[in-house]
Amino acid sequence: MKTFDLTQNTVRELNQALHDQSGECMEREFDVFSPHGQHNIACGLDQNLSVNIMGHAGYFCAGMNKKATVTVHGNAGQGVAENMMSGMVRIKGDASQAAGATAHGGLLVIEGNAGARCGISMKGVDIVVKGNVGHMSCFMGQAGNLVVCGDAGEALGDSLYEVHIYVKGHVKSLGADCVEKEMRPEHIKELGNLLSRAGIDEDPARFKRYGSARQLYNFKVDNASAY
Amino acid sequence: MSNELNEHTGLRESATFDRSTMAEIRRAAETGIYDIRGFGAKRKLPHFDDLLFLGASMSRYPLEGYREKCNTSVTLGNRFAKKPIKLDIPITIAGMSFGALSANAKEALGRGASEVGTSTTTGDGGMTAEERGQSKKLIYQYLPSRYGMNPDDLRKADAIEVVLGQGAKPGGGGMLLGQKISDRVAQMRTLPKGIDQRSACRHPDWTGPDDLAIKIQELREITDWQVPIYIKVGATRTYYDVKLAVKAGADVVVIDGMQGGTAATQEVFIEHVGIPTLAAIPQAVQALQEMGMHRKVQLIVSGGIRNGADVAKCMALGADAVAIGTAALIALGCNHPRYDEEFRKIGSAAGFYDDYQEGRDPAGISTQDPELSKRLDPVEAGHRLANYLRVLTLEAQTLARACGKNDLRNLEPEDLVALTVESAAMARVPLAGTCWIPGQSF
Ligand SMILES: Cc1cc2nc3c(=O)[nH]c(=O)nc-3n(C[C@H](O)[C@H](O)[C@H](O)COP(=O)(O)O)c2cc1C
Repeated sequence: MKTFDLTQNTVRELNQALHDQSGECMEREFDVFSPHGQHNIACGLDQNLSVNIMGHAGYFCAGMNKKATVTVHGNAGQGVAENMMSGMVRIKGDASQAAGATAHGGLLVIEGNAGARCGISMKGVDIVVKGNVGHMSCFMGQAGNLVVCGDAGEALGDSLYEVHIYVKGHVKSLGADCVEKEMRPEHIKELGNLLSRAGIDEDPARFKRYGSARQLYNFKVDNASAY
Repeated sequence: MSNELNEHTGLRESATFDRSTMAEIRRAAETGIYDIRGFGAKRKLPHFDDLLFLGASMSRYPLEGYREKCNTSVTLGNRFAKKPIKLDIPITIAGMSFGALSANAKEALGRGASEVGTSTTTGDGGMTAEERGQSKKLIYQYLPSRYGMNPDDLRKADAIEVVLGQGAKPGGGGMLLGQKISDRVAQMRTLPKGIDQRSACRHPDWTGPDDLAIKIQELREITDWQVPIYIKVGATRTYYDVKLAVKAGADVVVIDGMQGGTAATQEVFIEHVGIPTLAAIPQAVQALQEMGMHRKVQLIVSGGIRNGADVAKCMALGADAVAIGTAALIALGCNHPRYDEEFRKIGSAAGFYDDYQEGRDPAGISTQDPELSKRLDPVEAGHRLANYLRVLTLEAQTLARACGKNDLRNLEPEDLVALTVESAAMARVPLAGTCWIPGQSF
């Protein structure tokens, strides 16, 4: 195990040490102390590493992550795990806006709440939030799954493409073209799987499913008021 | 035709309600939806044709056209990047997406640019293997949609261009209509096949210049500070945008004027938003100069560049390089008269074709149709583009030598005069034969 103290080392030095493992992995475990909300911690990883951030992280923590497991033992700022490709990112506290934005794969678990636009433009990632998500979550979501164990803010799933959204609590409002859909056995199974991968003990049967009505997929004059 | 009618019949066409205006009113009345098209602004605007060079004579020394060297090479992105981009000519190929263009067209752009030592740029749709394979220098666009964005391609790029906007549609997002979403395009963008894809106009995970500075740092961290980062903006409030781009940490700023081409945008957007390229350059240069960053952060200008004179004029006004889109497509064969009959069958004509969004381009360029795409031979088309780029370079050099300059970047505003009051005011050079620059006090 290697440790970094971000009052002694720069984020650049940390990231370079993490990137240096991508060819040949010399060290798998990294503990990062005193992150003090600095930005861009542990972004661009491309190796089966395990990185523990012992405190709060700023913007874009674990951005574009591939293969690695990154755990933030605190809160995470804007765009955590943005454009993640694979691996797992876990936030023990809350996450700010745009968590998991545009991410293509992997699993993002937020044990607290997530701010606005959680999963915006997501492209295949699985996001599981134990608490609530803010407004416009999953805006233009293309693929993947968003699971919310608490409540969702306004305009959930606006202009949604093919993401499956599961919410246990109250949805303040649905965005354009997002509708509630039937929870069939395959969805219960999918959700059960997601919850168990995230290590969250919830009953899938208590969730509702939301998805795209696919009415805005092609320009139609009749839809002008929705554009 | 309109003159003929005037002479022989006395019929008079309204300048306000001319035939294309009337046709648009009829089209709107029939369909109930705005017109979407490709290409750039078609209206007449103050442009580089309104400027002239003052060749050397008694008070300035010209250089020998065929004997004395005139440097055309330029290095971009040496502010922060470990590996700046070195180009042999200061004319780059602008970002045009695979999706909007066929794979063959993208390959041809790569081949042509590489032949003459310049760069190409990806677009709203990710990086294709064809393009990376054929482009010795490839700029990877980072757009609001983030289609196909991934760290592996990011690290394969020679530079990253963060796109905030385009001259054809500052404030608008990308658009690719269903006809062009083939299996491959759909897969690259993670979208269902055949849908109308309207990409976002704002980046999903940052807002404003302070966030952008952090975003740029993230991109640098992911790429270990190796490659330059460009910021591309459509020309509107250019003076302020350039200052903010420099503050956010750009190595290179790309300014795209309102004449800039597009693959698909509402006509009202193309014709009514943004400022002419000519008006944007002096604003950008002023911003850079005031920050002490002119030539340190390089300026690339695009939007309506057609010939070596346009290139030389951009550089005289203070650009370090230019980018071309539409002209490069025409060099490949876009709008070629050879296909006139086929253009007419789809309601257009060679020289007028702008329905790139429909994907039925007879020249095989702005299409995903496999049969049409085959018509464009990427090797031949690439060579045509290389020839064209050589001509632009030779023309620009000719003008620079005539002004006594041994480097294109030594051209200066002092070498220029304007033909009209408007262009004098916008370009901030004197009206020809006077020492009057409208808007500036003596
Ligand atoms: C077919 C086509 C596709 C384009 N696609 C993109 C794109 O994906 N991203 C982008 O930033 N600009 C795009 N542009 C704009 C060009 O990058 C460039 O700004 C413009 O073409 C320059 O003006 P010009 O066409 O007059 O040379 C596109 C332009 C055309 C003609």
